[in-house]
Amino acid sequence: MDDSSIDAARTLADPVRRRLYEYVAQSGEVGRAQAAEALGIQRTLAAHHLDRLADAGLLEVSLRKVSGREGPGSGRPAKLYRRSAGELSLHLPPRDYELAAHVLAEAVERHGAEESLHAAAREEGRRIGAGHRGEPLDELLRARGYEPGEGVEDGAGDGAVRLRNCPFHTLARAFPPLACGLNLELLRGMLEGRGEDGERARMDARPDRCCVVISKNNER
Amino acid sequence: MNETPSSGHHLAQINVGVLKAPLDDPSMAGFAERIDPVNALADEAPGFVWRLVEEGAGDATGLRPFGDALLINYSVWEDVESLWNFTYRSEHLELLRGRREWFERIEEAYLALWWVPSGTIPTVEEAGRRLDLLREHGPTPEAFTLRTSFPPPADRAPHV
Repeated sequence: MDDSSIDAARTLADPVRRRLYEYVAQSGEVGRAQAAEALGIQRTLAAHHLDRLADAGLLEVSLRKVSGREGPGSGRPAKLYRRSAGELSLHLPPRDYELAAHVLAEAVERHGAEESLHAAAREEGRRIGAGHRGEPLDELLRARGYEPGEGVEDGAGDGAVRLRNCPFHTLARAFPPLACGLNLELLRGMLEGRGEDGERARMDARPDRCCVVISKNNER
Repeated sequence: MNETPSSGHHLAQINVGVLKAPLDDPSMAGFAERIDPVNALADEAPGFVWRLVEEGAGDATGLRPFGDALLINYSVWEDVESLWNFTYRSEHLELLRGRREWFERIEEAYLALWWVPSGTIPTVEEAGRRLDLLREHGPTPEAFTLRTSFPPPADRAPHV
């Protein structure tokens, strides 16, 4: 654990900032005015907090001219904020589950034990799902870090649930087939544990998001 | 992973697999039926440069330069990121996820990468040599893997 994680956590302690952070994370890339409007706060206040979040490394800033104007008089470029690609983790006392996960993944690969991994993930998913039968699927996915949203933007506007965040990101970078296979089985298990059709979850890997999509109810 | 794409170099990729049964065996259908769509996807993928194709065929499954048992997949890409995205962030991932069903497990490295000058296509013998290098020495700038990659050789003397 390093000091920057503690600083970032402290930055998020402010409720307005936390809402801003969540709004930016949800929206992809936003400008100050848009964020201010979404939260119903003043633009200068939004700008202040957005910059604090950027200082803490939680957001990344890019500059872009708005509305494609160029040349003199086209105005200053607008600041756009997006969630930082870097990861923060805060474990007290210090823990390193990620290292353990990488070593275990390596062992599964060496042994060719994917089938057992998939079975274990499916069972774990069923346990999780069974404990969350009553609540909306979106809420369960959100609580598990998947950041669900409807996939209208990529032409798959079929009401399918896209997952914008991969909760196993670094593992999935290092061991893609293995981590994505685990993830798919986990999600299928969760659906089954809730009494739904597990096959609604299917593989649909695209750059920069979770490898799984969940088809609309009764739609397969 | 995040090296800037080098216009002077492209990335060559070789991977080999031992099929559990002949391609026309019913048990291999899941693999066989995905070959054409996934190859088509590769041809359209951002950063794709070239792949080995048997003369008069649509793929390289009939070519067995390293022995009848070894299927080879041999391609050239603009950079590591484009190959990574095709390999792991497209329908190709399904082939990898199901590979235990169709391919024997290979203890040694089965995929090697290396940089080639843009516009050149390395020979199959060269690919075999790179795979041997990787198996002998582990990942080095001469032969590496997607998990442990190396940046392309500098196109010119570095700025000082």
